[in-house]
Amino acid sequence: MDKSYLEYPKRAYGQDHDFYEWRQVKDRPKLAWDNGVKVAINLIIPLEFFPLNPSGVPFKHPGAMVTPYPDLRHFTVRDYGNRVGVFRILDALDDADVKATFAVNGEIAKRYPPLIETIKSAGHEIAAHGLSTDHIHHEGLSFEEEQTLVNQTIDGFNDIARGWPSPKVEDGERLIRGWLSPARNQSRQTLGCLRDEDIDYCLDWEMDQVPVQMETFCGPIMGIPLSYELSDFTLLHTRRQTEESWLKQIQNATSLLAEEHDRFGSQMLGLTLTPYIMGQPFRIWALRALLKHIKKTEGLEVFRARDIADQAWRQS
Amino acid sequence: MHATPNLYDYWPYAGRPKIEWPGRKKLAFWVAPNIEFYEFMPPTNPKRQPWPNAIPNVQQYSQRDFGNRVGHLRLMELLDKYNLRGSVSLNVALCDHHPEIIEDCIKRNWEFFSHGIYNTRYSYGLTPAQEQAVLDDSIRTVEAATGQRIRGYLAPALTHTEDTLDLIAENDFWYSCDLFQDDQPQPLKTKTGKLVSLPYSLEVNDVITYSVMGFDPDRYTDILKRHFDQLLLEGEKSGTVMCIPLHAYLVGQPHRMKPFEDALKHICAHSDDVWFATGKEIAKHFIDNYWDQSMADIAARGVTTGGTGFRHG
Repeated sequence: MDKSYLEYPKRAYGQDHDFYEWRQVKDRPKLAWDNGVKVAINLIIPLEFFPLNPSGVPFKHPGAMVTPYPDLRHFTVRDYGNRVGVFRILDALDDADVKATFAVNGEIAKRYPPLIETIKSAGHEIAAHGLSTDHIHHEGLSFEEEQTLVNQTIDGFNDIARGWPSPKVEDGERLIRGWLSPARNQSRQTLGCLRDEDIDYCLDWEMDQVPVQMETFCGPIMGIPLSYELSDFTLLHTRRQTEESWLKQIQNATSLLAEEHDRFGSQMLGLTLTPYIMGQPFRIWALRALLKHIKKTEGLEVFRARDIADQAWRQS
Repeated sequence: MHATPNLYDYWPYAGRPKIEWPGRKKLAFWVAPNIEFYEFMPPTNPKRQPWPNAIPNVQQYSQRDFGNRVGHLRLMELLDKYNLRGSVSLNVALCDHHPEIIEDCIKRNWEFFSHGIYNTRYSYGLTPAQEQAVLDDSIRTVEAATGQRIRGYLAPALTHTEDTLDLIAENDFWYSCDLFQDDQPQPLKTKTGKLVSLPYSLEVNDVITYSVMGFDPDRYTDILKRHFDQLLLEGEKSGTVMCIPLHAYLVGQPHRMKPFEDALKHICAHSDDVWFATGKEIAKHFIDNYWDQSMADIAARGVTTGGTGFRHG
């Protein structure tokens, strides 16, 4: 190996990057959610476009095409989520009177505008989820290329909103405030690019049990954690655990976070509900059971990501 | 290469016009036993190796053969017990190799549809003329063996070309099991004909649950019951379709038959609300009664893309 391989230029106290400072849970200022809520739940529903001909650059997005072209099998299995599965999730949310955050690929907004309108009309939040699963942000892109990707994505949403018949976006309300990167991958410039486009929170980083303010060359951005381990994709799809177990693990998590409230203040859990996974007829019961559990448990409440961001900014 | 197949337009599940199955039933239920022949020494296809590791593959080949020798009879007798007719997804060369199985299906008045010639011959790289030859062979072979004109297609091993769906529509097939975008029949945008995408399901297919996901038999039964209950509930608003695609080499294993029977018992206890049908019967009922209303509602959503499959508007 070259001798640089055994040189450690960032070897010093704290993080090895400048996005945020090192801080342990015991040193964290206590956060307090509105209404005395001890544990906030953020439900993130990704609406993804998986092209039939992905470039796979710089890597294949989880859930992307598998078999040789044309992989009609995986294309249609994923598309099922956007046509059918998402409506089961919407019904479950509606029945529980819960508002969620839908992280939407720009390509989905462009191709399926009625879906975006339905979600917005129901009072849910739309966050940008990049252009598509084949537009991954990574170090191989120039700043300009990343800026174009972010611009294109956000402009796409605003174009659609302009076509809505009645004003669904109130005066002064920004339609898109939040961002989830495709495959949650970023380059070192991504956060700055997002902040430059007035994105005020990002769902890619999960280094804490509360939102963490991050610093970029364009100003601060709030990092709102999203659990990889409890996401339905990881737990039910990749690891093939059961819906019963998914439910139980989330219940265990929320009760532990509630127990920690006295010591560490309000905390949160970000949960991913993937329409082509959780929206399956045989799985939707588990989401309904979770929502029921949340509704009947004191100190637990579902907030949209933007409501979490507002509360975090106020207390930062 | 295209980013989308353009074989259908976006049609959100909510607010679709109502479908009612015959007898005002809410859910159309069909069972699709795959009756397959995997070759011992298949040729290789540049896009896909027929067997993992090496050719021949004794364990994999003989497990498939177990399905043909043992599993199918078990499955047929179980379906008899519940008065269920199968819609056979057939590798048509099986008519030549094992005509006894075909006879057993004919006696039971089961339907046949084509699943290619062999499950080890893929569509990748075929010219339209070659794919047409596979369809001609399928139609001719099944007609000679059973007297039935096949109306459905599931491409062998789920392998396709850009022409597959156009070709089957052109050959007067009524339904395709190749697409998994919905729980209701969907009109497809082929150059000619009225071709329906019939819900066939990978999620409750025993290959996915047993071989891919590695679920145990009790979990498979639980999934089947929950899947059925949810689709039946939704069928109240507009008729849904549930298919159980099966493979005798998997579900026909001795340790899996009893739990599978529990699922059938659960489903068959709802005969007041369920239309027990075959693929062709469901496709025909949809084409005759709901094709036009579906096309009109899809158009009314305002997001059609024009053109036909792989020929974008």
